[in-house]
Amino acid sequence: MPLLWIIVIVVLLGAGGFVLGRQRAIASAGGDARILHSLPNYYGTNVMILAIVPALMVMAVWMVIQPLMIETRVTGMIPEAAIEAAGNRGLVMSDVRRVADGLDTAIAAGALTADEVRDLSTADTDVRARLGEVGVALGSEVSAEVLAAAQSYRALKRTGGLLMTGVVLVLAVLGLAYGSIRTNREFRARNAVEASILAILMLASTIAILTTVGIVLSMLFETFNFFELYPWREFFFGLEWRPSFEGGSDLGLIPLLWGTLYVSFIALLVSVPIGLFAAIYMAEYAGKRMRAVAKPLIEILAGIPTIVYGLFALITVGPLLRDYFAEPLGLGSSSSSVMTAGVVMGIMLIPFVSSLSDDIINAVPQSLRDGSYGLGATQSETVRQVILPAALPGIVGAILLAASRAIGETMIVVLGAGAAAALSLNPFEAMTTVTVKIVGQLTGDTDFSSPEALVAFALGLTLFVITLGLNVLALYIVRKYREQYE
Amino acid sequence: MNDMRVTERTVTDKEIKMKARKVQVFYGDNHAIKDVDVDIEDKTVTAFIGPSGCGKSTFLRCLNRMNDTIDICRVEGDIQLDGEDIYDPKVDPVQLRAKVGMVFQKPNPFPKSIYDNVAYGPRIHGLARSKSELDEIVEKSLRRAAIWDEVKDRLDAPGTGLSGGQQQRLCIARAVATSPEVLLMDEPCSALDPIATAQVEELIDELRERFSVVIVTHSMQQAARVSQKTAFFHLGNLVEFGETSKIFTNPDDPRTESYITGRIG
Repeated sequence: MPLLWIIVIVVLLGAGGFVLGRQRAIASAGGDARILHSLPNYYGTNVMILAIVPALMVMAVWMVIQPLMIETRVTGMIPEAAIEAAGNRGLVMSDVRRVADGLDTAIAAGALTADEVRDLSTADTDVRARLGEVGVALGSEVSAEVLAAAQSYRALKRTGGLLMTGVVLVLAVLGLAYGSIRTNREFRARNAVEASILAILMLASTIAILTTVGIVLSMLFETFNFFELYPWREFFFGLEWRPSFEGGSDLGLIPLLWGTLYVSFIALLVSVPIGLFAAIYMAEYAGKRMRAVAKPLIEILAGIPTIVYGLFALITVGPLLRDYFAEPLGLGSSSSSVMTAGVVMGIMLIPFVSSLSDDIINAVPQSLRDGSYGLGATQSETVRQVILPAALPGIVGAILLAASRAIGETMIVVLGAGAAAALSLNPFEAMTTVTVKIVGQLTGDTDFSSPEALVAFALGLTLFVITLGLNVLALYIVRKYREQYE
Repeated sequence: MNDMRVTERTVTDKEIKMKARKVQVFYGDNHAIKDVDVDIEDKTVTAFIGPSGCGKSTFLRCLNRMNDTIDICRVEGDIQLDGEDIYDPKVDPVQLRAKVGMVFQKPNPFPKSIYDNVAYGPRIHGLARSKSELDEIVEKSLRRAAIWDEVKDRLDAPGTGLSGGQQQRLCIARAVATSPEVLLMDEPCSALDPIATAQVEELIDELRERFSVVIVTHSMQQAARVSQKTAFFHLGNLVEFGETSKIFTNPDDPRTESYITGRIG
């Protein structure tokens, strides 16, 4: 049964449960809802939650575990020799899945019947040709082991699907029944609903955390694979980035990291003073009306997609910097440069710095300002000597957040700084960053067993560690100094 | 208290430090202060008393133009410091506030070290020519605020780490450090416990030797204890102004009497 149908049935059961629970509760109170422990809707909601939530949760878990279990059982059927011939286990398994899906397509198209598929054997049928007729192209001849594995893969999948449908529907009905039996006027449905809501909220946050863990783990495994193929020493300390898919590439991190840090540094050089001064103006000097107009205008900058900034870098800032700075100064003739990307990225980051700093400056108590004015300080003396020191931890946090945005930025760099890795001090030279190279290594036809593709994961993990480090540092600074004026 | 009255009698004709005539204050359309005339004498503690919202804090803030920082506030009338109109366009409010210092209701030390808190004013106004001179000003101010002995070993510790009473005395030291001529105190003891209050009151009495002090207070006992002159405000009007002993024992206005005996307020 298709997934959608299962979900629709479970939800319908839940809706029925709501009505049933409500009616049973009112009936148990003899029609007078005031005698009930909780409002009638709570009884309905309780039954509905019991019918829907456990069933759908089991379904979700089942859908994660079933493919894993089928995979292990089917892999066992393939002899070691076949795996060695193909290169690795993953390739054989993807063949098996392809054949299995192909057989499904063939049945759907009417080229084969279910019985024919079950009895299919490589001895008397050319499976590749038969599947080719219905539009399923296979890379190689189907071996007997692969076909057998594919057939058992199909069978297991089918049984699993049926079993899941049964279990989920039975659970939904059981939940419904349990909920309605428990419904009487003494039952504390309100508290039960409260507990269910707590559980659902906790589940949501757990999923968010587990996803993060999952992302890190997946990167970690691929990174290990990469380091099995490529020495870590050369990756971390290599000064050359020259990937070549014929093998023998140099995959040194240093030029990319240099590019990333250089571009981010220029971006912060642009965004921090402008953003901070804008924030000080907004928070301390601007009148109410000015603030109401200017603040949203600055924040519009934050809403512009980065690709649009990239275009701005490509057609406006790049040529401008080249014609008026790089060429007259004899520093280069490329319109793609670290400077271009850095300046445009800096513009992008202004609202981050200014908006966060503005909030932080506003949070400095008025009493500190009064104290300073009361001693005869001018406004800028007050800002410089009292407000900024008090707001400093928050401002540092804002800057570090902006820095992690800068490090992770891709589009502006592609269009503004180019895609050639270089290790140079000249800000008017084209360079590239880690993120751009990750995209570069994974676009197009990639072979995930080559170090040239896997290096993307190592790069990604490095980037993740750097931004994580920055965020942790930001949190630490904010926490350590936060209570100073409270 | 008796001693206090004796000293008062020995110095009879003190010069007038600040003079306010026909002062009106408006918050937007709200007429907060109406026709207030007050003379603040030199080397005297003047107390402003009155029920909440009667305008005594607002009037206090007019005396060093702190109301300038509030957009909707408008001040009319004449306030003079040593015969000079403080609302004259020629007067720089920043300079004025150095002469007329202020201590606030809630202790508000800056998130800096104790030393830097006190040195803040002298640094801004360039009062010290050398580091040793600045050290001297800081020590003198802390001694004058009766907190030197408690903090002399930890001048580098943050001012925010002190107790409430110590913080308030630190703020007084900070205000004293710029050597003001008048010290305005807006309910300086309302956030303090009785012991700290007693310390601050004692301090106010000592400060009187060098400055004229204006204190806003909700506690009538406090006004009676520390001040020589008392002004009673009610609904934005100055009801009665005179010797503290007279206000508390034999007021002219029936409203003053009702307030002091606790019938209005």
